[in-house]
Amino acid sequence: MQDVNDIVRKINPPMVEGDHDYGTVTDKISDITLKKRTPFGWFIGFGISFMVAQLLLFTTLYLVTNGVGIWANNQPVGWAFPIINFVWWIGIGHAGTLISAILLLLNQKWRTSINRFAEAMTLFAVACAGLFPILHTGRPWLAYWLLPYPNTMGMWPQFRSPLMWDVFAVSTYATVSLLFWYVGLIPDIATLRDRAKNKWFKYAYGLLSWGWRGSARHWHRYEIAYLLLAGLSTPLVLSVHSIVSLDFSVAQLPGWHATIFPPYFVAGAIFAGFAMVLILTIPLRVWYNMKDLITDTHLIYMGKVMLATGLIVCYGYAMEAFFAWYSAAEYEVFMMYNRMFEGPYWWSYWLLILCNGISIQFLWFKRFRESPFWLFIISIVVSIGMWLERFVIIITSLQRDFLPSSWGMYSPTIFDWTMYIGTIGFFFALIFLFVRMLPVISIFEVRTLLPQAEVKRKGEEH
Amino acid sequence: MKDNIYGLMAEFDSSTELVEAAEKVRDAGYTKTDAFSPFPIHEMDEALGIKRSILSYLVFGGGITGLLLGLGLQYYTHVIDYPIIVGGRPHFSLPAFVPPMYELTILLASFTAVFGMLLLNGLPKPYHPVFNVPRFNLASREKFFLLIESADPRFDYPETKEFMESLDAQEVFIVDE
Repeated sequence: MQDVNDIVRKINPPMVEGDHDYGTVTDKISDITLKKRTPFGWFIGFGISFMVAQLLLFTTLYLVTNGVGIWANNQPVGWAFPIINFVWWIGIGHAGTLISAILLLLNQKWRTSINRFAEAMTLFAVACAGLFPILHTGRPWLAYWLLPYPNTMGMWPQFRSPLMWDVFAVSTYATVSLLFWYVGLIPDIATLRDRAKNKWFKYAYGLLSWGWRGSARHWHRYEIAYLLLAGLSTPLVLSVHSIVSLDFSVAQLPGWHATIFPPYFVAGAIFAGFAMVLILTIPLRVWYNMKDLITDTHLIYMGKVMLATGLIVCYGYAMEAFFAWYSAAEYEVFMMYNRMFEGPYWWSYWLLILCNGISIQFLWFKRFRESPFWLFIISIVVSIGMWLERFVIIITSLQRDFLPSSWGMYSPTIFDWTMYIGTIGFFFALIFLFVRMLPVISIFEVRTLLPQAEVKRKGEEH
Repeated sequence: MKDNIYGLMAEFDSSTELVEAAEKVRDAGYTKTDAFSPFPIHEMDEALGIKRSILSYLVFGGGITGLLLGLGLQYYTHVIDYPIIVGGRPHFSLPAFVPPMYELTILLASFTAVFGMLLLNGLPKPYHPVFNVPRFNLASREKFFLLIESADPRFDYPETKEFMESLDAQEVFIVDE
């Protein structure tokens, strides 16, 4: 009998370990927000992130007073760090939606303890992403010109342009991600409302929970709404990065004009996003002693998803090279040759292959997949790799286009870097605030994972 | 004395007990009932006789509205109000109009799903009589509650209370109006 149980455990590992009931999981997750004194480490982490975020503030101030000339964007590389960072951030966000929506539709129970902060990660990553195109317009106070509204100039946005599609895709994505996250939070905020001792917190959580009382009729509509949102977010998330990739592939430029771009970008986004989820999860579960809710099994699954999507991305790299050759178009062949061997940025291509292609091969082995330390290291390498991927696509394609007379070089200025690093600080500062103020794990969904949540009828065998 | 009560509420320890009790309440002919649980229980829909919500149809309508809005917006701006040839494409270049239409479909459908759900649920409702039961704050934690409203035609104060006590409940509470 022991053997049978072992096999069942292996096929269907428990998603909540340890001796938990409804009350203890509720306490464990909500106490982080309500009871525990803010750990000292939180202040250190938040403090550092907040200070790094000041780089963003100062760069933005300098940018709006001096113009985009403070960046190194110039012909022929007119799109540089702002678009690289935009695509990088928005890609990171995609894993959150994948975990919350696609894995819900696929009935993957392991999503339950990681979906809440993966969704928060999505929101904050999209917030960072959105800053770049808005600031890149040069006059961000006029960014509302992107929206179609009747104006005294008598003009409308150009809807045939992928940049306009981006406006719709990214703003819809940000809005729907926020709705999805908030709807998931409502029952948990009601739990915090009922448990909070402080009058003001009780009041604030009471407002945010809309007076949720857990009625069966409400749960019925709630579940329909949640499932529909998942169904709507799934095509949405695929469309967002496809449209981002169309910013490039609709252009005629060699290195951008490729039909593989949409699926290749979507896979890359999920790849980068899972790396970021792992970077956040691995320390979080240790600091807050959450190993019984975010188990080793969760990490292993995420490692496997990273391996699978990483291999799709590698296939994309191979196809880019293959089609450059197969097209027999001399500009395409030259671009690829320039990108890989001859050009001044050849090293970035091979560094990219090392980070995204070679590093993930370790995930084939149990030893690395089951070690949080190695998963963490590989995730950081992959995050760097995915940033390099956008660097390679954007810079090496633009700096050697059709006419040798318009060739040029690109090297970022200090403000390109401070802006990018500043958004990383901003992102982590938001994550720290979220961990402190709201339940990091979906409490009501974890309750449904407990064996006693199942309704057992008399005379029925389960 | 017991005229101003909102209903009677029974407390249970497990989802199984709640579902079994709800079935008995339904079979006894009560219709103005409700159950409260810390997580969704799919068996409750049948046990309480909850009909499938119209929410899905509303969401479909929201999506269609978004689609037509996207089409209408682009048709008006590029064909009627400011026709201009860009990239040699016709004024009504439908393939290029698909992405904004698609995004608006999803946006309006999502808005309908979330706000439709909240409105059909009668939320926001910061005050509700069930919150008057002191132990009710455990409904968002670990306990399960079943309510029969006094507005139910079959409701009769002492009789319904006796009936609820026969359901193996932990305790039966009077919910004040």
